[in-house]
Amino acid sequence: MIEFRMPALGADMEAGTLVEWLVHPGDRITSGAIIAVVETQKGAIEVEAFHNGTIAEIVVPVGEKVPVGAVLARIDDGVAAASPPAPIAVAETPVAMAEPPAVAAAPVAATAPAPAPRVAGARIKATPVARRRATQLGLDLSHLVGTGVDGAVSLADVEAAHPKAAPPAHKGFDAGAMRTAIAAAMTRSKREIPHYYLSETIDVSAALAWLERFNAAQPPAQRLLPAALLLKATALALREAPNLNGTYEDDVFTPGPGVHIGWAVALRGGGLIAPAIRDVDRKSLPEAMDAMRDIVKRARAGGLRSSEFMSATISITSLGERGAESVMGVIYPPQVAIVGFGRIAPRPAVVEGRVEARSLVTATLAADHRVSDGHTGALFLAALRDILSQPEAL
Amino acid sequence: MKEADVRALLAELIGEIAPEADLSSVGDDEDMREAIDLDSMDFNNLIIALHQRTGINVPEADYGKVVTLAGAIAYLRDKRLDQDDSRAQKP
Repeated sequence: MIEFRMPALGADMEAGTLVEWLVHPGDRITSGAIIAVVETQKGAIEVEAFHNGTIAEIVVPVGEKVPVGAVLARIDDGVAAASPPAPIAVAETPVAMAEPPAVAAAPVAATAPAPAPRVAGARIKATPVARRRATQLGLDLSHLVGTGVDGAVSLADVEAAHPKAAPPAHKGFDAGAMRTAIAAAMTRSKREIPHYYLSETIDVSAALAWLERFNAAQPPAQRLLPAALLLKATALALREAPNLNGTYEDDVFTPGPGVHIGWAVALRGGGLIAPAIRDVDRKSLPEAMDAMRDIVKRARAGGLRSSEFMSATISITSLGERGAESVMGVIYPPQVAIVGFGRIAPRPAVVEGRVEARSLVTATLAADHRVSDGHTGALFLAALRDILSQPEAL
Repeated sequence: MKEADVRALLAELIGEIAPEADLSSVGDDEDMREAIDLDSMDFNNLIIALHQRTGINVPEADYGKVVTLAGAIAYLRDKRLDQDDSRAQKP
């Protein structure tokens, strides 16, 4: 029997409210399936299972706020099924649920069959924003008629079912709670992490020219934004500086299991969030662009998953075309580095002894001095510069 | 495509990208990106949505022509006329 616990969705999270179960006792689940929605200071987050098995018991009812590590449900994995359920307890290692099971789960078929089990994937179809709004209004999605794609419940369906509801002032999240969460994480960062800072002005004229040629041949949905190049180039440059990619906890640096980049997304109504885009170094540019588009959309509309909060190994803050010229980031613990990109803009640069207007971007690195030194950081920024000067290699 | 139809379509598409944005408060010649805080991803998504809904493919080189309401209305009207003409000319 496996205890499915309230995950720690970030270094600063202490508790969460269970707002929706997407499974019932008897449902079969597979690792990675979304089985619950939890409301945190960062909004509603879809929580994934990390085991295969059958839901044996729902412990925490909808609406209850519980601390990180509290048992939310019990999952029968076919191992030690005869043992009595353990009492509810707060885990000493709250993020342990993120670990894959040490022993492969026994075949699900070996467990006692429940009558006509619902599969966890057979959830009520609804857009993330509709799901959030319904939760806010206390409406049960299963009672609504969906008019969206494939019968999905849309925001309009939810609003129609509750006509007196005013539109959400902050698009479904509490800006005050978000600010509290950011304050906690950033205060911890500045208190615990000895940051060092480096910057490099990079000529991206060739990269933008390449992008223009690429996009000219593509329909709108296949076009790339400059941010996709910055994302992929960062991932590749980390090969030159692997100890910028990982986490530092209990005086030990652990290299990241992959290059999972937390992409900082500014939220409408205030605040920001940096969910992870996984394995960026192994993605093609179009794949990186699609992943970025998807995560920005879900960060703003709701529907981020628990694993996306727990797996980032480094972060990027990119200010975009209307941002400031440069940014010195604050590391998100337990990560050990954050890369910043200012606005790409035409500025004077010296090219072969002459001053020319070139498209420049200021790339910065804030890194944890307990783990790396400025030399490592400089190698990383030099690699980033070289990669961006050869965009066709991306 | 009538002007009112283009306005309604833009309001609908922007409403999906930035639900809190009030397009009625944006002047016809104001840069929508500035007025309702659309970043490059939002604007890219607007171009994609326009393509999906109208079939009109705005090339990147023309993005500057559709950043204002007046510009977008004129651009889409002209493109729609072009499409109608090319259909009419087919045997």
